[in-house]
Amino acid sequence: MIEMPDTLKFHFDVDGSDFSSAGEASVVVKKKLRQLGYPADIIRKVSIAMYEGEINMVIHANGGTAEVEIHENEIVIILSDHGPGIPDVNLAMQEGYSTARENIRVLGFGAGMGLPNMKKYTDYMKIDTKVGEGTTITMKVYL
Amino acid sequence: MTVFAVRGRMEFALMKIHEIKEILGAELLCGDESMDSDVYSACCSDMMSDVLAYVKDQGVLITGLVNPQVIRTASMMDMICVVFVRSKTPSDEIIKLANDCGIVVMRSTLRAFEACGLLYTAGLSRLPGDRNA
Ligand SMILES: Nc1ncnc2c1ncn2[C@@H]1O[C@H](COP(=O)(O)OP(=O)(O)O)[C@@H](O)[C@H]1O
Ligand SMILES: [Mg+2]
Repeated sequence: MIEMPDTLKFHFDVDGSDFSSAGEASVVVKKKLRQLGYPADIIRKVSIAMYEGEINMVIHANGGTAEVEIHENEIVIILSDHGPGIPDVNLAMQEGYSTARENIRVLGFGAGMGLPNMKKYTDYMKIDTKVGEGTTITMKVYL
Repeated sequence: MTVFAVRGRMEFALMKIHEIKEILGAELLCGDESMDSDVYSACCSDMMSDVLAYVKDQGVLITGLVNPQVIRTASMMDMICVVFVRSKTPSDEIIKLANDCGIVVMRSTLRAFEACGLLYTAGLSRLPGDRNA
């Protein structure tokens, strides 16, 4: 594939050991998209989807990496981790399904709405996951 | 606990951030420059997951949860003001983050239920026509 010269790429390491930093990458991406002048509804979609995914990597997978690519026609978000993987993706996609314990819920997360929300706010979402190896979630928002 | 309120349909009755501060008798912790900004709705929750999943265009988040994700969640949802209730005090790090995200932060001694009630009674969530009803 020939790369568009105007493709912008961002890479983030998402720290899984420090909950207080969870969401930092999404804040940076939101700021960048604002600076670049994207419409508010596009920015909100990307922000919410990436933020939910970033939080998931911290609370379920001990951190990972986030790549954001801004192409001419789409914004692509790739979240990869080496966490436990998701045994039953269909179940995990159900609204309200969560394996989060009370220690996560007191932090304000674990309602089981993250994955459905990521699907809702993006135009494309693919989950590659293997138990014991990790999870890669690719999301796209079309421009 | 999660309460949502959306104000207005075709017409929007707005409330200034400084009015919210006055109604709640709240202490401003950052965002002095945005006190004249308008909001027309608010939401109250300690579950950021619910805020991300159900909030539409609420401009104010009332919460008893204190961590940096409250500010980041508000920012992702394009909210402009966070009110910490029950005298919860955010750390300097949280205030710095809010400043960075352009979010007004206040602290109130009220409980969440009272804060919501006062704002609702003052007209946040109602149409302008039935403000004094
Ligand atoms: N990156 C991940 N690694 C492993 N498991 C995950 C990951 N993301 C989500 N899950 C699983 O899917 C479930 C549903 O995720 P989600 O809808 O975001 O809800 P919540 O995060 O509130 O539990 C989680 O409880 C968890 O079991
Ligand atoms: Mg989640």
